[in-house]
Amino acid sequence: MMSQKHASYRADKRRFAVLIGAPSLIWQLVFFLLPLLFLVMMTFWSVRNFRLQPDFTLANWTMILNAGFFRSAYLYTFSISMITAAIAAVAAFPVAYLISFRLSPAAQRMLMGLLVIPFFTSLPVRIYSMQIFFSPSGLINSALIGVGLSPITVLNTPVGALVGYLTLTMPLVILLQIFALNGVDRQLVEAAHNLRCGKFRTVISIIIPSARVGLVISFAMAFVFAFGDYISPQFLGGSNPPTLSILMADQVKSGNHWPRASVVAMTMIFTLMAMMGLLLKFAYGRSGR
Amino acid sequence: MTKRTGSIGDTLTLLSLRGWAFIVFAFIFAPIVSMAAFSFNADRFPSLPWAGFSLTWYEQVFADPMIRRGLVNSLLVALAVAPLSTAIGFLAAYVDHRFQFVGKRLYMALASLPPTVPVVIMGVAMLTFQGRIGLSGTLFGIIAAHVVISAPFAMVLIRMRLAELGPDIEAAAWNLGAGPWATLREVVIPFCAPAILASIFITAAVSFDEFMIAWFISGQNETLPVRVLALLQGQVSPRINAIGTLVFTTSMLLVILAQALAFRSKAGRR
Repeated sequence: MMSQKHASYRADKRRFAVLIGAPSLIWQLVFFLLPLLFLVMMTFWSVRNFRLQPDFTLANWTMILNAGFFRSAYLYTFSISMITAAIAAVAAFPVAYLISFRLSPAAQRMLMGLLVIPFFTSLPVRIYSMQIFFSPSGLINSALIGVGLSPITVLNTPVGALVGYLTLTMPLVILLQIFALNGVDRQLVEAAHNLRCGKFRTVISIIIPSARVGLVISFAMAFVFAFGDYISPQFLGGSNPPTLSILMADQVKSGNHWPRASVVAMTMIFTLMAMMGLLLKFAYGRSGR
Repeated sequence: MTKRTGSIGDTLTLLSLRGWAFIVFAFIFAPIVSMAAFSFNADRFPSLPWAGFSLTWYEQVFADPMIRRGLVNSLLVALAVAPLSTAIGFLAAYVDHRFQFVGKRLYMALASLPPTVPVVIMGVAMLTFQGRIGLSGTLFGIIAAHVVISAPFAMVLIRMRLAELGPDIEAAAWNLGAGPWATLREVVIPFCAPAILASIFITAAVSFDEFMIAWFISGQNETLPVRVLALLQGQVSPRINAIGTLVFTTSMLLVILAQALAFRSKAGRR
């Protein structure tokens, strides 16, 4: 009697666990993992007479990987994402350092609150504002002409795309770097100062090494965001030259060639995974000094 | 920290740090300020000096049937996504807090990774998959996709709150004879209420602002951000600023509400 009751209690507990665990599992399996797996399968399908057909062909892979337009788009996307990440990380660091080490806690809280705002402000609309700033007769050029300089062409160039990428990534990179710097042991910094280590040298030889993991993660996130962004290269870069995201969108929206778009997506996923792996290895790798 | 009194070099460093920070903040916030300012500008072409205050663009936004439909779709989607993703996120957070099992790392990876996949890839994946099962172009298709990317935010928010629930409290409830369901209902959910409400607002804001996945899968059922993308492809239109400002105000209200709730819960603990 007693053991039977115990058994039913255990069955109850198990049912409870299964019912609690199921919704997230089912939803993410069906609407997240399955679509991604389907995308992998799609790379082997073929398109005949504009119709999608289940197939097992490597034609899409060979076609895309050998295409000149894909290779140049890949190189361009990779390099401009690296440049974005480098500029963002370097430009953000003094700001993050100022906020983390030199400002009062109240000012720190306020500025971090401000930095959250862009996440909830439509990126396309912010990019539209940038379009206006940099348009031939826009504010920037009016100002340049006003002080006697020659106007600059930014829209529809890689520099335009870069402006967009930085609009997208800067708030995130600064926030991540603040988190990284807030984790630095303050006593270590104080000890360095007491030993007459200058402020600049303290930053180089104490603060940056101790915050390395977070700093590398901020770089990695900037790369990931720029690599996948469609809005900046399209509306500020003028898809000139096109990025992988633009290739994908074009294949889907106008070319109607989903299998090829899926191949491009796969190359993006591989690249991002490889980059994350490499960067994390670099971040954690040398920590056992 | 002992402050050494004003070496000139340090004052200069601090000054240039502040100057640089000002430039970076100006770069980040100029587009947002410009969006709000030019949405009220009488002149069609956004240039200085400002041509005077006007609500024309807002009137045009509300008079445009396609924008109105986009707004209604976005609201419907966000209204469904917020409770669904919060419920799913809550359950995943509770699983992480409560159970140990083989494959838990995989389970949690599946529950937290979706936002790390670039949205353009998610868009194509969702389109091909949902197109196959006849879901693309429907509001439920958009809801399904938005729940995927919003639930992890809810999970993280609620997980942080659960970490503050001592391990003894649930055990005490069980010892007093409450079953797991009763404990969940009477102890855990009330304890997490502020985080649950906060994540309802945050997930609503995430969904309301999402443009890329929706751009791929919404078909005829455009959401508001998808409409903005369509307007962007056309010519200069201050209506974009007006919509942006409306979306911004809505999202910020949601975030401030969420923040206030999270803050109150922290104060309440003392």
